[in-house]
Amino acid sequence: MIVNVENPVLEIHDLTVTYSRKPVLWGVDLTLPKGSLVGIIGPNGAGKSTLIKAAMDLIPKSSGWVEIFGEDLKKVRKKISYVPQRESVDWDFPASVRDVVVMGRYADIGLFKRPRKADYEAADYALKQVKLSEFSNRQISQLSGGQQQRVFLARALAQQADLYFMDEPFAGVDAATEKAIINILKQMSEQGKTVVVVHHDLQTVTKYFDWLVQLNTRLVASGPIEQVFTQELLQETYGGKLTLLSDVSTLMHTQQLPVRDKT
Amino acid sequence: MEDFITFFSFQDPNIRYVVAGSILIAVSSAIVGCFTFLKKKALVGDAVAHSVLPGICLSFILTGTKNPIYIIIGAFVTGWISLILIDYITRFSKIKEDTAIGLILSVFFGIGVLLLTMIQHNGNASQTGLDSFLFGKAAALVGYDLLIFSIISIILLLAVILFFKEFTLISFDENFAKSIGFPVKRLELVLTTLTVLAVVTGIQAVGVVLMAAMLITPSAAAKFWTNKLNIMLILAAVFAAFSSISGAFISFTSPSMPTGPWIVMVISIIALTSFFFAPRHGILYNIIKQRSIKKRILHENILKLFYQLGERENDFNASRSIDNILEKRTIKLGALKPGLRHLTKQGFLSKNKNFWTLTTEGKTKGQRIVKLHRLWEVYLTKYLRIAPDHVHEDADNIEHFLTPELEKRLENLLNYPESDPHSSAIPYDQITS
Repeated sequence: MIVNVENPVLEIHDLTVTYSRKPVLWGVDLTLPKGSLVGIIGPNGAGKSTLIKAAMDLIPKSSGWVEIFGEDLKKVRKKISYVPQRESVDWDFPASVRDVVVMGRYADIGLFKRPRKADYEAADYALKQVKLSEFSNRQISQLSGGQQQRVFLARALAQQADLYFMDEPFAGVDAATEKAIINILKQMSEQGKTVVVVHHDLQTVTKYFDWLVQLNTRLVASGPIEQVFTQELLQETYGGKLTLLSDVSTLMHTQQLPVRDKT
Repeated sequence: MEDFITFFSFQDPNIRYVVAGSILIAVSSAIVGCFTFLKKKALVGDAVAHSVLPGICLSFILTGTKNPIYIIIGAFVTGWISLILIDYITRFSKIKEDTAIGLILSVFFGIGVLLLTMIQHNGNASQTGLDSFLFGKAAALVGYDLLIFSIISIILLLAVILFFKEFTLISFDENFAKSIGFPVKRLELVLTTLTVLAVVTGIQAVGVVLMAAMLITPSAAAKFWTNKLNIMLILAAVFAAFSSISGAFISFTSPSMPTGPWIVMVISIIALTSFFFAPRHGILYNIIKQRSIKKRILHENILKLFYQLGERENDFNASRSIDNILEKRTIKLGALKPGLRHLTKQGFLSKNKNFWTLTTEGKTKGQRIVKLHRLWEVYLTKYLRIAPDHVHEDADNIEHFLTPELEKRLENLLNYPESDPHSSAIPYDQITS
């Protein structure tokens, strides 16, 4: 069941993504409404992270296109913020909390220029929002998992974007941090910002989100939470892969077949 | 000694130039190397270093001179080709990056050595000294060569200063850099070009075989001492400068000595020293820390024993001998005796001949440990549902690590239980209970 909206914040059209020719996302068509707090769920390897990476143009698409605010991504990058998975970076990197958060201002600062005083103030304000002010000068290697995640959130807040993509912001954080993060996300959505979150925990889905996307290589469902968080659709998402589909994708991988006929 | 004075007075302009030149080269490659290191591309640096040799030889064969400009161009070209090949192999075949690096490194270096041997055997007189590119020869760093290499080094330093923010970002979080629209591919191209250039200039001082050490070791050593990137860069530069002065000096006192290996020896000693002695990250620091924790545990255990003995006999002021203590729990005499001595010195025990008695402070401390032990046992049985006969060992350990803050939370959470799972009473402080 796929619910589409008028004037979507994000529109994904016929998106297929492959890793060494093995499709991980297959023909995804999707629209998301403005101001919603969106959860993306699905089993491991369902293509959840891939979906937001492809939307941000971080990985090549095999087919399809993405429009954000009705425009090409390149024109609206400054209005979008991407929060990678916490484990995707080396936290032993020599940098302080403030150094990382001020990176959220880099798009604004531009190339070859140093952060200005205002940028540091924006970073400090973002740190205050995630309650890490007193950790500002701490080295990032000394943080706990929950604190690291809040640093990433602060960096995203410092970007002052309108659309946020977050890759598993609740992975490996303590209960208190999870609560603090979701409160911030809810505030953002109340301010009309759209927040898209890759999520793992089915228990909290109805409490956290108002829009839900269910993925398992193909798009199973997308719509208001009360319409799509159903036993049936969850069964379809988590109840094993479509055997025929996964056999075909394995075939494409082993035989190195093209994803789209380009002749 | 005489050599030392001649060298370090820098009276001889030649020495001045050689030293200045090799410092500049070493510092610039160390600074560029910091980012190579942080991007975890150390092995790539090694591959490039080995791959410049065929380029050097080819440019000599083609031009017949050792003009540094031709040499640099040749080295730069084959260095880059090696990188492109590594990238190509990893992307389009099943071969993983480490294998591709090993493959390219040995093939290119093999061709280089082959060409070098060919040149040396064809009787061309101008070829003498070409083999110094294998192990470096700082002493040859004079005149025109020095000028060219210094200019490149300065360009490298300026480029890193210019790109500092950008390089930091792509080293820390490449995906984020892409997401905000930074030209990550082009920035990486710049960084790689700088790395190749650093290698190309460095070979004059250190030689192709050991160049990777000059690129990576200073930053690896510096990382032990600091968690700040700018300080790390400065430290790496200082380490590199120091080792290159040392190398140049040794090469000056005994001209038959190749400079490169000595520079690398010195920088490696600095790296090893950092590995063992650096605060927080060094091995020695960790050993000392572990030992001090062990000591604290011992002291707390002794006070706990005194308290438990007092509890059993309902007399906390009794004097006890070593035998009394050992009868309750075996502690190695070698540890027990210094432990008792320390606690007496600190005022937690008082000693009378061969008998020890708890002081008020000692009793408080022992009582706290006993309390924490029993509270933790309650916590484990109640919240983790661990069987009462399995909680003792864990509590024996955790009792030493609970901070006053955790202690308070534990008391509130469990609501001051009266006894532990083995029905021993939990002794609270008179004030808090």
